[in-house]
Amino acid sequence: MFRNQYDSDTTVWSPQGRLFQVEYAMEAVKQGTVTVGLKSKDYAVLVALCRASSDVDSIQRKIMSVDAHLGIAISGLTADARQLCHYLRSECMAYRHSYDTEYPVRRFVESLGNKMQATTQSYNRRPYGVGMLVAGYDVKGAHIYQVMPSATVLNCKSMAIGARSQSARTYLERNLGNFENCDMDELICHGIQAIRGSLGTEDQQDLTINAAVVGKDRPFKVLTDSDNQRCLMQAKGMGQPSFIDAFSEKGMSDDDEQGPSGSGVPRDIESDDIGPSESTTGP
Amino acid sequence: MLNNYNGMAQPLWQNGPAPGEFYNFTGGQTVQKLPRELTTAGPYGTKRSTAAITTGSSVLGIRYDGGVMLAADTLVSYGSLARYQNIDRVFKINKNILLGGSGDFADIQSIMRNIDQKMIEDQCYDDNIEMKPKSLASWMTRVLYNRRSRMNPLYIDVVVGGVEQNGTPYLANVDLRGRAYEDFVVATGFARHLAVPLVRENKPKDKEFTAEEASQLIRKCMEVLYYRDTRNSSTYTVGVCTPNGCGVEGPYQVNENWTFAATIKGY
Repeated sequence: MFRNQYDSDTTVWSPQGRLFQVEYAMEAVKQGTVTVGLKSKDYAVLVALCRASSDVDSIQRKIMSVDAHLGIAISGLTADARQLCHYLRSECMAYRHSYDTEYPVRRFVESLGNKMQATTQSYNRRPYGVGMLVAGYDVKGAHIYQVMPSATVLNCKSMAIGARSQSARTYLERNLGNFENCDMDELICHGIQAIRGSLGTEDQQDLTINAAVVGKDRPFKVLTDSDNQRCLMQAKGMGQPSFIDAFSEKGMSDDDEQGPSGSGVPRDIESDDIGPSESTTGP
Repeated sequence: MLNNYNGMAQPLWQNGPAPGEFYNFTGGQTVQKLPRELTTAGPYGTKRSTAAITTGSSVLGIRYDGGVMLAADTLVSYGSLARYQNIDRVFKINKNILLGGSGDFADIQSIMRNIDQKMIEDQCYDDNIEMKPKSLASWMTRVLYNRRSRMNPLYIDVVVGGVEQNGTPYLANVDLRGRAYEDFVVATGFARHLAVPLVRENKPKDKEFTAEEASQLIRKCMEVLYYRDTRNSSTYTVGVCTPNGCGVEGPYQVNENWTFAATIKGY
C-alpha cells in the first residue's frame, strides 16, 4: 500500500482517515515481549515475560509500581515508559497530598489518556511508543486497563499486549469465566499459561516472568524472583495450555491488516532478536 | 566570530525572534502569572486588610455513633450590627459531607463555589465515586495553608463532617491558617470556649454519643451561645449526616429562658 505520503507527521491524515504515525507507534508496542493482565473480584494481576537482550545484561523490569493501589506493565520503548511512569507517580502523589486518598483508577487512566492524546495532535511531538496494562484496586474493586500509544484507554476483564500476544488473548478469552473466583496464585498461573502460547519457538525451560499483584488489603507488589519461580513451577504442574500451538495460523496474527512487511505471515523469531547495541525498543 | 562577541553591546532588536528559535507571536508581552495579591499595586504599594467584614459566628460539630451533627446560628453580622438574620451557614456538600462555615462570609461563599464546582466535576466523571469528608478536609487544609503562606488568607474557620465509605463518622475543623483537627467534638469561634468543654464533660467514657444525646447537647450549647455570645442569634440550623442520608434541618429556635439573669450579681 502506498502510505508513505501521509506518514511523516502525526498531524497529517491519510485519505482513508488514518493517522499513520499513531499506527506506527502501535507497532512499537508489538516489538516488546508479551504482557498479560487479568483480574478476579478482589485482585488484579500482571504477568510479564522477561527476556534479557544477551546473557550478560540484567533482565529488564517490565512492571513498575506507581502507587500503593496501582501499577503498570509496559511493552514497547522503555525510555518512554519510564517518562510516563514518572508522570503517573507524580499524579498519584499529588492526589494523595491534596485529597488524602488513593487516585480512583478510572480517573487516573483517563488523565493518562488525555496526556497521551496531546502527543497525537501536535506538530512537533510524537506519540509515546509504549503500551501499558494498568492494574489497580480502589473503592470500585479490581481494574485492568489497557492504554495504547493511540491514547485509547480500554477497561478490560483481561488483556495481553506485546509480541505474539494474540495467542495469549485467545487463552484469556477461553478461560474468562474462571477468573472471577480464582485466588492470587491461580490468577498468576493463568497469566503464565497465557504467556506460554506467545513464546514461539523459545525453549520453555528458560521462561522468566515478572509478576505483580494488587488487591483488597494487598498493596501493589512486584513479586520477588523466588515467588516468580514458585509460580512457574505451579504453572508447569498445570501442563500445557489446552489450545493449539503457536504456529497455527488461525487467528494468530497480531496485525489487523497486512503487517509492515506486507506479507501477513507470522513474524520470524530473528526479527525480534535485537542486539543490545542497536535496540531502541526495550523488552 | 566568537572573538568578536561583545557582551555589552545592545541586542540588534528587542521583542522579536532570536535566530534559530521559534518566535513567540505575543510580541514579547508574555503574560506573567503573578498571584493575584501582587498584581494590583497602588501608587504607594498595597495594603490588604485581613479583617473579616461580614462574619458568621460559631459552628459546632458533634460526632455520634450514627453519624455527625453540625449546628450554626442563622446570623451573619456586619461588625456589631446583626445584618443578615436568616442565613444558612451549614451546607450539604454531597450525600456524605456537611460543611459548617464561620468567619468572613464572603470567603465562605467563595470557597463554597469552588467546592460546588468540584462536586459537579465528580458528577461529570459519572462513575458514582463521590468525594469523602476526609478528602474534602484534606483539600481545604492544603488550600487554606497555601493562601496563608501567600499572606492572603481566606478568613474562615470551617467544620467538615460526614460519613466515610465504610460508614464511620468523620468530623474535623480546619481554620484559616490551614490547621486541621479531628475529634468527636469540634467548634469554631465562641463555641470553642463555651460549647466544647460542655460537650466533653458529657462524653461517656469509651463510647460514642447516641443521637439523642448529641441532639440534646446541640440544643443546650446553642442556648448557652445565645446567652453569652453577643454575635449570635436565637435561630439556628442543624445539619445531620448519617449513612442513610444527609440534610440540613431547621431553622430551630433556642429555648431561651432569661429568668436566671435576675440571680446574677456582678459579672
